[in-house]
Amino acid sequence: MELLSNLQLGFEVALTLQNVLYCFVGVLLGTLIGVLPGIGPVATIAMLLPATFALPPVSALIMLAGIYYGAQYGGSTTAILVNLPGEASSVVTCLDGHAMARQGRAGAALAIAALGSFFAGTVATVVLAIAAPPLAELALRFGPAEYFSLMVLGLVAAVVLARGSLLKALGMILLGLLIGLVGADVNTGQFRYTFGLPNLADGIGFVVVAMGIYGFGHIIANLEHPDERKTGIAPIGSLFPTKADLKASWGAVLRGTGLGSALGILPGGGALLASFAAYSLEKKIAKDPSRFGKGAIEGVAGPESANNAGAQTSFIPVLTLGLPTNPVMALMVGAMMIHGIAPGPQVMTERPELFWGMVASMWVGNLFLVLLNLPLIGIWVKLLSVPYRLLYPAILLFSCIGVYSLNNSAVDVGLALLFGLLGYLFIKLDCEPAPLLIALVLGPMMEENLRRAMTLSRGDPTVFVTRPLSLGLLIVAAALLIMVILPAVRKKREEAFRE
Amino acid sequence: MPVRNPHCRAGKACERIAAPRTGRYNHYNKSGEETNIVIRSPKDFFAGLLFLFFGGVAAWVARDYPMGSAVRMGPGYFPLVLGVLLALLGLAACIRGLGIKGEHIESVRFRPLLLILGSVGIFATAIEHAGIIATTILTVVGATAASPESRPREVIVLVIVLLALAVGVFTYALGLPFKLMPG
Repeated sequence: MELLSNLQLGFEVALTLQNVLYCFVGVLLGTLIGVLPGIGPVATIAMLLPATFALPPVSALIMLAGIYYGAQYGGSTTAILVNLPGEASSVVTCLDGHAMARQGRAGAALAIAALGSFFAGTVATVVLAIAAPPLAELALRFGPAEYFSLMVLGLVAAVVLARGSLLKALGMILLGLLIGLVGADVNTGQFRYTFGLPNLADGIGFVVVAMGIYGFGHIIANLEHPDERKTGIAPIGSLFPTKADLKASWGAVLRGTGLGSALGILPGGGALLASFAAYSLEKKIAKDPSRFGKGAIEGVAGPESANNAGAQTSFIPVLTLGLPTNPVMALMVGAMMIHGIAPGPQVMTERPELFWGMVASMWVGNLFLVLLNLPLIGIWVKLLSVPYRLLYPAILLFSCIGVYSLNNSAVDVGLALLFGLLGYLFIKLDCEPAPLLIALVLGPMMEENLRRAMTLSRGDPTVFVTRPLSLGLLIVAAALLIMVILPAVRKKREEAFRE
Repeated sequence: MPVRNPHCRAGKACERIAAPRTGRYNHYNKSGEETNIVIRSPKDFFAGLLFLFFGGVAAWVARDYPMGSAVRMGPGYFPLVLGVLLALLGLAACIRGLGIKGEHIESVRFRPLLLILGSVGIFATAIEHAGIIATTILTVVGATAASPESRPREVIVLVIVLLALAVGVFTYALGLPFKLMPG
């Protein structure tokens, strides 16, 4: 069995003392930021990226991945205990999780969330191990035309799944692509949009943009509203779910895991969409839907399993196609590039230890998360009472240090300041920044593949529709776009995001 | 009874809108139809303006880059296309913002906006000259001023803790090239 020998290789890498340690640090930090509202995985990974420069790439990526899925776990803790989602993907957990907490059953909700997530994480890791090799094999046959079409599909999916108006999401994509073009053109060396500044010759780093928008921009917006966490923290109660709880949740966990694993793979999917979809599925198939919102344990088990499964499987398109599907994955692509690894199908064949080590580490990380979240829940509850006024100056300072240390450049900090202002404007104008960040990473690759495809076809633009794989990808993209424009689907989509 | 508005520069027959605080006037053309432009969805309208601005600048600047041909695309091709598309999209969003009713923009609070951006600016200007100690103190104090909830005693403790981390962890343990003192 090739799968087993691959996984064995993976565990040999993941279980070295150093990698176990970095995995632990990653999930610990992830849980921490998941619990603390006001700072998410994007800002945290951007902040810590410079600190990973000295590490071997495997350890660095293991730690960064841990931050991402750790945050999904931690986000549910605050959702259940104080009715505030630590991460966007745990918004739906608030509904029934907090209702359970008000009934004195917070412990059971936390336990089901953690155990469901662990189960989902385990399954999704296996899905990742099984689905990635054939996808990568397919991708190895991609030429520039296919890559261009694939990126178009990725961007369209990012538009479709963004919150709010389509027009604005499209605008954010184009803006992101344009920001990605800043700097010297790879083919001709022509400086573009550098405005005579030598610091812009290498382009605007995605960390600078991510930090400005998700770090500084969000701090400003958060400070406009008073600290909301003054509502009491619900007592936890017994951590052991009753037999009835377990009986009610196992089906929801299975469904959530399946749904989450599938949605996570889709470009634009990932944890957020998975949790929303799982919640509405549970509500739809329940015998008595009116229990939902009043402490139905399936309403915790389903979405929590789904968001964790989705978080794991969203690594599939990144590791096999080099296509980031959400801002965190965009940062992961950037992190790989900084460590000299070109993301794409060749990673699996050229750096098997990196690929399988990461996959195996996810299972190790999920095990840590159960330990961190159940026996140590008391510590996280204490952290919840740290007021935001003490947190944000620290976030701001570490963000500044992080951006500066990328290139030891004060100009980068100044640029991040400008993107902070822009990020604040985006929040005010309801422009979801996720598509911008994805487009920023894809922009240069997209232009490169477009040019190559056109040169190879001697200037014939039909190359994108005459090659079957490329045509297939474009058809899917077009279908997605048409689907959202149709009024019926559009209404549904708006409802789904409002819920 | 419509009150003629003496301030209307357009010289049209104007009427005060019911809400006196806004001080806005309705404008009418000769045949008595309302002609005033109302932004019905400010969020869409201003997002559109933002896109129009960036798209316009991008397309304008890209004119100077070589376009190349379809076989050999020059560095100007992709940016020009993107810039024009973004500008058109912005225009569409503006028009939509005029026509379709949408949410209002929450008012901007200038204290957090200016002080947060200001303290990042302090860090950017001070870090290479003033050393990490002074930079940390200035940045953190500036940042805490952004929140009306900050308390002086907490700020002092926070500065000391963050100073210890900036010097101990970032400068010594991680070896970032920060000077401690100015000069």
